Amino acid sequence: MIAISPRKTVVLRISLILAILAFTLPALQAQDWVHISTNMGMSKIRIAAADFKAASTDPLTGGLKSAFDQTLYNDLRYAGIFDVVSKSMIPTATPGSPQEINMAQWSADPANAAYVAFGALSVSGGHLSVQGYLYNTAAGQQNPQVLGKQYGGQATVDATRTIAHRFADEIIQQLGGIPGIAETKIYFVSNRSGNKEIWVMDYDGMNERQLTHLGTISLSPHVSPDNSRVAFSSLGRNGWSIRMYSLDLGRMVSFPEWGDTTLSPAWSSDGTKLAFSSARGGDPDIYVCDASGGGAHRITAFRGPDVSPVWNPRTNTQIAWVSGRTKLPQIYIMDSDGSNISRMTDGGYATSPSWSPTGQLLTFAWNRSYGPGAPGGEDIYVMDIASKRWTQLTHDAGANDFPSWSPDSRHIVFQREMNGHTEIWSMLADGTDQMQLTHGGGSNTMPNWSWK
Amino acid sequence: MRNAKRTSLIVAASLAAMLTAAGCHKKTQAPAPPSAPPETAPAPMATITANPTTINPGGSATLTWKTTDATNVTIEGLGQVASAGTQTVTPAQTTSYHLVAQGDGGTADATATVTVATGAAPARITESGIDENTFEQNVKPVFFDYDSYDVRPDAQTTISADANFLNQHPELKVVIGGYCDERGSTEYNLALGENRANAAKQALVSAGISPDRLRTVSYGKEKQFCTDHTEACWQQNRRAQFTLDQ
Repeated sequence: MIAISPRKTVVLRISLILAILAFTLPALQAQDWVHISTNMGMSKIRIAAADFKAASTDPLTGGLKSAFDQTLYNDLRYAGIFDVVSKSMIPTATPGSPQEINMAQWSADPANAAYVAFGALSVSGGHLSVQGYLYNTAAGQQNPQVLGKQYGGQATVDATRTIAHRFADEIIQQLGGIPGIAETKIYFVSNRSGNKEIWVMDYDGMNERQLTHLGTISLSPHVSPDNSRVAFSSLGRNGWSIRMYSLDLGRMVSFPEWGDTTLSPAWSSDGTKLAFSSARGGDPDIYVCDASGGGAHRITAFRGPDVSPVWNPRTNTQIAWVSGRTKLPQIYIMDSDGSNISRMTDGGYATSPSWSPTGQLLTFAWNRSYGPGAPGGEDIYVMDIASKRWTQLTHDAGANDFPSWSPDSRHIVFQREMNGHTEIWSMLADGTDQMQLTHGGGSNTMPNWSWK
Repeated sequence: MRNAKRTSLIVAASLAAMLTAAGCHKKTQAPAPPSAPPETAPAPMATITANPTTINPGGSATLTWKTTDATNVTIEGLGQVASAGTQTVTPAQTTSYHLVAQGDGGTADATATVTVATGAAPARITESGIDENTFEQNVKPVFFDYDSYDVRPDAQTTISADANFLNQHPELKVVIGGYCDERGSTEYNLALGENRANAAKQALVSAGISPDRLRTVSYGKEKQFCTDHTEACWQQNRRAQFTLDQ
């Protein structure tokens, strides 16, 4: 045996560790810490969505079944946690019930599915009925059924899509451990009616609907955590004020019209408070008030524009916002009483922060080389708050701004300006699966993802 | 039956031809025969404005009028006039200029009034003698560097001239709009626009204008004065603009 001095052993051991790290560190890419912090850390589950069985002869059945199959497939594909078997690799069988399914078909090549969603859809007298099942193909004879659901609704395409979204969300909750987003909404600004108004659409871009008809410039929609109201800023006779639209009542409801360039209202996740920017003190600063507008008080006091506050939705004790106190706008965070100010970005032009539901990450728009003669791209970034390390999600595709987290923390919706018009896009929180949601032309901007 | 139809078609066709011919000529054309007023002749339209609407004694105003589908246009006090035109007037007292436009389709009229201020004290004028155009010729915008709301030396010079005019017309109230170029973020630019409007307001106050005459509004990058993607245009958009407050 060769004797090695204790010191050399230590040195050897350290070098060995460093060598191992040198090999593994490149593999631990920036994306990995994003995956872990955004509920995407587990390996993807292979699931097959069977075409559902048409269980009625009503002439509406075929069309509604197509809408259902397509919606379910898209919802599962977009969840970010599944490896969905492509439609060209699934068996042609359409089992409508547990008695009709041949599990071996689904677990064998080429489907190779660990789970299969299947069922039947029928229409009768204007009423739609859906039975949906989720089966574990590896469970053998005992208890393969993970879900068995019954849904009913009107025999319309909209109701069919809603049912497909609901079923998909049940599957995602069951296998992914957190609620799906297939039933969520995105609020946004569009000028397609001739003025910038507040609009809403389904999370997949369907069902775009105009909410406000104020005939002026309305911006920065933020829906309340209970999905009952949308707060936004609008230019009135007094200047810019926070206005409130009731989704429950389908009309505007009252909120103090302060004027004084009051902008960018943001809800705390318990729905009790609003943070906003106001220039009532002579310079735009961040204020906090309660949900009815009472008790408004200032929490920043620095010269320069302070705007775009957003709460830490996990704790409601911190606020991130944009400040121009050192000239070009930067992202800061502070406690919600204004103390413990910490600067997050180190230069460039950084705006539009959104705080992840997990509480760990910020997403924002950043042009890291802004300035005359330095044409930089404006892209969406994600930053880990504790370590301040960041990763760039969009590259070489237009000017990107106003990112907003989905309630499952796995997705980000944002606006992209390209070829003279601005549209709304969504993507997974690691920058993959970028999908255009609006196709209206003109200006479609400032998306805000609902809380559930 | 068929002949009657044919006849009315011919009548209609020739009337249409006459109308077309009448439209090509100016005022001296005799009006169409009153015995067959054509149902298809469009009704005339008329507008007349005076600028300014209030003058001091001995001052003058410009009347501007426009008509369509009229063959005979008159203005009370001026007589027969062209279908469109301008005319300087110097009324000794408050005068209403009543325009009547006659055409084959009927008659239209419009009125513009020039008020002559009585007596000495300008403070007695209930309506200001300054209109939007005159105001903007005399109260010029100030421009800012990018991402800045500091009042530059050249802007300070403009502010002094603007304050001068505003001091001469103490009845005027001002809206100060703050604007940004197209780059950058909607919300941040609204706040920056507010800072620019405020900076211009503070500069005017320092030049002796009372702050309760001044109101600020930010437009951020929502309203642009030009749309080229060039530094020259961006500079044009980075401004505080002064307009008359009603």
